[in-house]
Amino acid sequence: MQLAHGGGGRVMARLIDTLIRPVFADPEIDRRHDGAVLEIGGPLAFTTDSYVVRPLVFPGGDIGTLAVNGTVNDLAMCGARPLYLSVGLILEEGLPLDLLHRILASMRAAAVAAGVRLVTGDTKVVDRGKADGLFVNTAGIGRVLVPAPLGPHAVRPGDRVIVSGDIGRHGIAVLAAREGFGFESAIESDCAPLAEPVLALIEAGIAVHCLRDLTRGGLASAAVEIAETAGCAIALDEAAIPVRAEIAAACELLGLDPLHVANEGRFVAFVAPDDADRAVAVLRRHPIAAAAAMIGVVHAAPAGQVWCRGPLGIARTIDMLSGEQLPRIC
Amino acid sequence: MKFRDEYRDPAAAHRLAAAIARTVTRPWTVMEVCGGQTHAILRFGIDALLPEMVTLVHGPGCPVCVTPAEYIDKAIEIALRPRAILCSFGDMLRVPGRHGDLLAAKARGGDVRLVYSPLDALAVARAEPSREVVFLAVGFETTAPANAMAAYQAKRAGIRNFFLLVSHVLVPPALRAILNAPGNRIEGFLAAGHVCTVMGYKEYEPIAARYRVPIVVTGFEPLDILEGLWLCLRQLEAGRAEVENQYSRSVRRAGNQPAQALIREVFRVVPRRWRGLGDIADSGLGLAEAYGDLDAERRFGPVCAAGGNDGECISGLVLRGERKPPECPAFGTRCTPQRPLGVTMVSSEGACAAYYRYRLRQLAGDKAT
Repeated sequence: MQLAHGGGGRVMARLIDTLIRPVFADPEIDRRHDGAVLEIGGPLAFTTDSYVVRPLVFPGGDIGTLAVNGTVNDLAMCGARPLYLSVGLILEEGLPLDLLHRILASMRAAAVAAGVRLVTGDTKVVDRGKADGLFVNTAGIGRVLVPAPLGPHAVRPGDRVIVSGDIGRHGIAVLAAREGFGFESAIESDCAPLAEPVLALIEAGIAVHCLRDLTRGGLASAAVEIAETAGCAIALDEAAIPVRAEIAAACELLGLDPLHVANEGRFVAFVAPDDADRAVAVLRRHPIAAAAAMIGVVHAAPAGQVWCRGPLGIARTIDMLSGEQLPRIC
Repeated sequence: MKFRDEYRDPAAAHRLAAAIARTVTRPWTVMEVCGGQTHAILRFGIDALLPEMVTLVHGPGCPVCVTPAEYIDKAIEIALRPRAILCSFGDMLRVPGRHGDLLAAKARGGDVRLVYSPLDALAVARAEPSREVVFLAVGFETTAPANAMAAYQAKRAGIRNFFLLVSHVLVPPALRAILNAPGNRIEGFLAAGHVCTVMGYKEYEPIAARYRVPIVVTGFEPLDILEGLWLCLRQLEAGRAEVENQYSRSVRRAGNQPAQALIREVFRVVPRRWRGLGDIADSGLGLAEAYGDLDAERRFGPVCAAGGNDGECISGLVLRGERKPPECPAFGTRCTPQRPLGVTMVSSEGACAAYYRYRLRQLAGDKAT
């Protein structure tokens, strides 16, 4: 990758025409116009997210899969079927073209898997040292399928908290890949599109009140954010929260709490108590939500508090991390 | 999860708690030395299982907490030098010196790198021979062997751009200082299992005898701590003051002798200033003369001890076991992990951080009633 690849001239046109457009292969992009023209009816969900990750490629995915699934998942959390994504690439001078190609191909594959189209985009190249290889921004549009907007405002005391699978895999996979930990078993990111299980909940008529995908900050941050916004309390049961043995072991070793570790293919759903068992059953029919479990319940007070009942039956407070998660000394 | 869940078994925990309740006939105050034990106690709610007559006091065994501010200042000064790379364990990065922390120094352009082992820092020095790589060597006897190994390998390989900024501390002198303090109320100790894995527990025997305190070498899981407490309370009730080993799956009386030999090769015993406890004779490790070329203080100038105080922070009293975090008027209000007044609120092993993390709800409830 050279600066000329972003210079707006022939070199840039060749990059886009030979490397980017063929991979994305969408008629809207092939029109080579300033934007995509789309037909969409009904209420829309619209979101954007930027992706920076080191290393760019990690067990279970790469920045391309993250950039597509992350935005697809944000749309899904609005109760929407994801339809169209834009892709903004900020490339660092010196980025190997075959790595770029691999990441673009991952984006394409993730888009196909999630049933979305990549319909417009942008490419910029910056000086060496100004970016960590490659930054990606995606924005997405989806059609809203729920009758009333989802969100913390709709959470009610008594609602059950359901997590769509085991937690902590993405954060540990990326940490292990970045730091070169030689764990005995390879830990893969959980990066996955979540629209299908979410839409299945909606189609099954489950009274879903709020959905939140678990990303940085993990289950703890999502729960605290929702408790604070909704003005309610959330009680979690540690024994019910699925954590794979290798993730639990890695967290023990590093002094991390799995509740704080990042995920990229998990969400929590707040559903009416009568629908909770059925919601878990619906989710478990999908391979990426096969380990779905009911992990907690919403209380009216104290507002904004989250706690977790531990193995000895005594509750501890759950809070967001104050900053970055830092491994301990000993 | 194997080797963990069996030490968190609720039925066994309640059996031990019942045994403790049957043992205790009068009030006792026991200190758990290690910050890892403090966190386990609060995280699992172990203190809630104990009879009211048993008071647990949290000890100074948090390496981050007892490292004086002037060391952080020196590390920041080094990190901001153009050719320097400052390598540190993660939980040192947020500890405030007198002028900010290492994360802020990184944001100002200092080359600060988080490593998981001192040998990783040595690898950085090998990879970047034109830079001066400094590792912040802090901690108790637990981390000393690995830090000694990095120094040993650097010397043997003739690596001349690798330095250690050393602030190692030792547990037994701190226990003596606590027991010698006029207001001391500690009647028994749970000693730190990991420290004793390295050092063994022979050196605790004279302390138990001289001060008439039981010392039980204890692990870090709920059942370890409950069993350690039960052994300690049983001694107290019987009027005994011995060293016992609860953590026998890891600790031998003589400890890990090759590790001790490496510590003796690289380090020498020095006086050390502790945050919260002050100056304690023979309470730290510094580099031995043969390893003086690796001493960051020799290369970049000495750490300047300076007065200054912690304002309204009572972390010194907390580290000596004289106060509990919620007894501080600033706790959870003017002092939080986001805006800490003192180091015990910053460190992942600090007692204030443990209370804040695990107890805020109950404390808020207590205050409301």
